[in-house]
Amino acid sequence: MSKWEEIKKQIVESPVWQSIFRHGYDDTPRNRVLMVSGNVWLHLHPSKVRRHGIRLKFTWCMGGITFLMFLITVVTGVYLMFYYRPVAEYAYADMKYLEFDMPFGMLMRNMHRWAAHAMVIAVWLHMFRVFMTGSYKPPREFNWVVGVILLVLTLLLSFTGYLLPWDQLSIWAVTVGSNMARATPLLGHEGPFAEFAGVNAVYDARALIFGGGEIGPHTLLRFYILHCIFFPLVTTLLLIVHFWRIRRDGLSGPAL
Amino acid sequence: MADVGKAAPQVSDGGRVEKTLLRAKGPGDDKIHTWPHLVRAEFICFLAVLAFMLVWSLLVDAPLEQPAAPTRTPNPSKAPWYFLGLQEILVFFDPWHAGVVLPSFIIVGLMVLPYIDINPKGNGYFCYADRKWEILTFFGGFHVLWIVLIVVGTFLRGPGWNWFWPWEVWDSHKVVAMSNVDLPYLFGFRDYTLSALFGLAVVGGYFVLGTGLMYWLIVRAKGREFMERWGMARFGLASFLFLNMIAVVIKLIMRMGFNIKYIMVTPWINI
Repeated sequence: MSKWEEIKKQIVESPVWQSIFRHGYDDTPRNRVLMVSGNVWLHLHPSKVRRHGIRLKFTWCMGGITFLMFLITVVTGVYLMFYYRPVAEYAYADMKYLEFDMPFGMLMRNMHRWAAHAMVIAVWLHMFRVFMTGSYKPPREFNWVVGVILLVLTLLLSFTGYLLPWDQLSIWAVTVGSNMARATPLLGHEGPFAEFAGVNAVYDARALIFGGGEIGPHTLLRFYILHCIFFPLVTTLLLIVHFWRIRRDGLSGPAL
Repeated sequence: MADVGKAAPQVSDGGRVEKTLLRAKGPGDDKIHTWPHLVRAEFICFLAVLAFMLVWSLLVDAPLEQPAAPTRTPNPSKAPWYFLGLQEILVFFDPWHAGVVLPSFIIVGLMVLPYIDINPKGNGYFCYADRKWEILTFFGGFHVLWIVLIVVGTFLRGPGWNWFWPWEVWDSHKVVAMSNVDLPYLFGFRDYTLSALFGLAVVGGYFVLGTGLMYWLIVRAKGREFMERWGMARFGLASFLFLNMIAVVIKLIMRMGFNIKYIMVTPWINI
């Protein structure tokens, strides 16, 4: 045994190594199961899947692609957070700074934005595939409900991010979108029965979103916190529930 | 590295791994190991999509317009593209209905879908024959209605939210005849209360007759036995949601084809 092999053997047989890596790379059925069940990330999978479950024709890969888009937006989003200030005076300037001065700044912003759009499309296609294969049927009814909430969260994540560049496109698009809130029955000051609830322009559903009667610096901070903390946290929690249910119920497929 | 695996027997899994292995050898089981089969497929997909996103992001820049100016309103002012279907519905409905009630119906409707659909067939595989109506409804609502409205909102709506064909110039001074009338007015109701009552009767009649018609059609197509198994709660929810979806299409046709604005007009809500 050469000196290097000796060192390697000592390392991989040390209690430290073995406390972290619980198994090797043996190609045995037992080890294949351990590869998945012993790894915290792969553990979200069942250790065995039905044969058709990995066919592109069946899954369209859309659930996985949706999750990948979420991961891309998380990674690039954290990068952007280092350079972006959610303050009306600075927000737009920081976008320009990202675009012209930061190494890979524009690339990160592009990836963040396009991945967000791709995530919306991928969620829709994923839902369409799940519908077409009847995969929401028992025992997966509840996971479909979780999935619908995740669809809403995907849209809300995209929508709250829309405001952050603080350019013409973003404030007016968000103005249009949020104007719906002031038309909410009872809760919006322009909605039906508003007079019974006693709401007004600075104290209604839209004002809650805007942090005041009009879109402004408060809205920017609110949307920033919703976009970077609140919705990502809720989405992550529900993604765990979503994946855990798939792991428990198995991938859908025709009855044997 | 081959002997490393044997050196780690102390993983305690309560014999679950062994049980999985035993089960896997049972008759009629077509299961394969996640590692490497599924993990490998996922990894290849991951790399391919990541590469695509990288190239796309290198080639196409995300939009950034002039700095926000609360005093300069663009015309048209559009929501993000995925909400343009809802913004398009604003042409046909009041904001409380297009922006709050209908989106709520869409979300709730999607959520209750697995509890309404009791058809045991078509679980886990592609098929059309066993679930014709379910698929047609979902396809009509999702692809035709939702996607078409987004396309219209994105490409065919210009200044003043007026309709512009792709070959037309976006003329902000386009003259559009405002010839819309309310349905009660069209039927000769000039009195405030009477026209509200007429509108209420039309809307209420639509839902009552529609539910009755759906009941009759389903019993005819699937038999009374199916209807009993389905139950009144499921049928009521399904027909209410379905009739709302069809109502959007009816409003769309009435407005675009016959210049009819509201069907029911009251001081509080208009439908």
